[in-house]
Amino acid sequence: MAEITLLEAVTQALAYELAADERVLVFGQDVGANGGVFRATEGLQKKFGAERVLDTPLAETMIAGIAVGMAAQGLRPVAEFQFMGFIYPGLDQILSHAARFRNRTRGRLSCPIVYRAPYGGGIHAPEHHSESTEALFAHIPGLRVVVPSSPARAYGLLLAAIRDPDPVLFLEPKRIYRAAKQEVPDSGEALPLDRCFRLREGADITLVSWGASLKETLAAAEQLAEEGIEAEVIDPATLKPLDIHSIVDSVEKTGRCAVVHEAARTGGLGAEIVAQINDYAFDLLRAPVQRVTGYDTVMPYYQLEDCYLPDVERILAGARAALDYPNGGGR
Amino acid sequence: MHKPRMHLVASFDIAHLQYLDDRGRATQELPDFATPDMLQALYRQMALARLVDDRAVKLQRTGRLGTYPSSLGQEAIGVGTGSAMDSEDVYCPYYRETGALLERGVQIEEILAIWGGDERGQCFEHAPRDLPLCIPIATQLLHAAGIAFALKYKNAHFDEPPRVAVTSAGDGATSRGDFYEALNLAGVWKLPVVFVINNNQWAISVARGAQTASRTIAQKAVAAGIPGLQVDGNDVIAVRAAVADAAERARRGEGPTLIEALSYRLCDHTTADDASRYRPPEELAQAEKSEPLARLARFLESEGHWNGDAETELQRELAEILEREVRAYSDCPKDRPTAIFDHLYAELPEALYEQYDELAARGEAR
Repeated sequence: MAEITLLEAVTQALAYELAADERVLVFGQDVGANGGVFRATEGLQKKFGAERVLDTPLAETMIAGIAVGMAAQGLRPVAEFQFMGFIYPGLDQILSHAARFRNRTRGRLSCPIVYRAPYGGGIHAPEHHSESTEALFAHIPGLRVVVPSSPARAYGLLLAAIRDPDPVLFLEPKRIYRAAKQEVPDSGEALPLDRCFRLREGADITLVSWGASLKETLAAAEQLAEEGIEAEVIDPATLKPLDIHSIVDSVEKTGRCAVVHEAARTGGLGAEIVAQINDYAFDLLRAPVQRVTGYDTVMPYYQLEDCYLPDVERILAGARAALDYPNGGGR
Repeated sequence: MHKPRMHLVASFDIAHLQYLDDRGRATQELPDFATPDMLQALYRQMALARLVDDRAVKLQRTGRLGTYPSSLGQEAIGVGTGSAMDSEDVYCPYYRETGALLERGVQIEEILAIWGGDERGQCFEHAPRDLPLCIPIATQLLHAAGIAFALKYKNAHFDEPPRVAVTSAGDGATSRGDFYEALNLAGVWKLPVVFVINNNQWAISVARGAQTASRTIAQKAVAAGIPGLQVDGNDVIAVRAAVADAAERARRGEGPTLIEALSYRLCDHTTADDASRYRPPEELAQAEKSEPLARLARFLESEGHWNGDAETELQRELAEILEREVRAYSDCPKDRPTAIFDHLYAELPEALYEQYDELAARGEAR
């Protein structure tokens, strides 16, 4: 079996579900003839026709809004925003309608929609093309926010998202779209939503991260291992609703934790994870939970983006602050 | 200065449709559907809408209902639109829609429940495919475009009969991007959807003239490449005829239509508003002369199909219906507190168990 990238795993999942379920539609800007600006929908229009894989006019509010109408009539729309930085015109439709229809009608109508968007920094793109604003969306009741971090998880979680009866924002970490290859059988088997994945076992510290940052987080864990420190690495994958108990189980074992994300610190998902660890495992903590995040600044143009994104060095500093506490506390 | 020569590449006309003038006189031969029975039925529904609105405002004033948007003076638009649709079509309403909701089979009790602060009013037991009332301006127009796509798709792929989406909005909504985006998509994808704009001249306190420099709202269709038509929105025959015609075109696969229905908001924006702060009284007095119910009653009277006795009997019958529905609304017990979790997702995620249990425990304690 050939090994495929995260990007190809997305295409493979879309193709599987388009073939399996005639209610599934894929649409967005440039997803048809062009196969998407990253080629995530490469070949799909040719295979499934322009009636099911549709190029839309250039209007994000419209893309978000028609998905609501389609889903309310029993279809399974998979809508693409070209970049997360351009999702905001669609926010009104996602927040005010997609995430609320089921509740507003007390279960009469629902919105089984997948909104896909490439997200995150690190590809030397222009302004607005490097955003990580997952926390804005994780704040929305009624929505799921899912971030894959490997080809296998991209395939399995995207299948789960399309089959889920509720709206899912599926954020694809574009920095690792082509970073690694993996064998991903086209079995149609979904992976569970609302569940953390443990990517590395260890008893000394818990590192929590998602999306592209896991690459550096796992690298940091390897460096710690060379020093004899075993880090457990947890990928929540579904950021909303959050499987905090798997994180807490790990922290109960390690007593130390650092959360790593590209997004700005204040009000980021890391803050929520720290708060919930305090709720459930305060007595077992041997050090304050550390956050290694983007700064509370505007995401810089690409010359300085490496300074913004958490790198291995900053992750190690965060881990050491937790490991050395109280002597090495703080940053 | 030499004036450069140019040639015309596009031009447009906007037509206006009216069957009854504001004194109830026929201005042209009526369409086939306008039988005495049908016109009496339309009159009855408009009268019921007016009674429901009137009672709802009174319920609000006496603290028994939340904020309510009356459709006083605009009853012909909702009733005409609703009555032009097939029951299998899908309606995507905005919030000022009493007449259309009644036509679609939504219960008065449900309408009152919505504005009385209870989501269960949006269940629309007798209109299960229709969308719930939509409060954010113009967003429902995009839902209608999506629904129209779904109806067309299901007709082609799942052998469902051809059906049409119909949606409504106010004049203010036509300033929003959602409106243009919906029209644009409907045009380029040739979707079976009818956009009905209730141009009641006011978006809360902003007058139609301050909303857009466009001479008509109907002509906003031109840029989307779809037909646009203006109708006398106080003439229920014209509204019904225009919507029915547009729906038939859509059903035949000929695409969308924008209908601008000219009317006047004789009431406040909602019960939370006081239009006397901004609306010229002489303009209101003038507008009252062309309201839709009196005009249709006059026409029916002139044709010998209506009289004072019939009116008295109708008002008695409608008052009875209204009393029954208001009682049902008032007697309906508040929903369980935990209902706020029950339909957030198809299944309650584990992450919410604790919050659910906390609220459930408090609910039991009370």
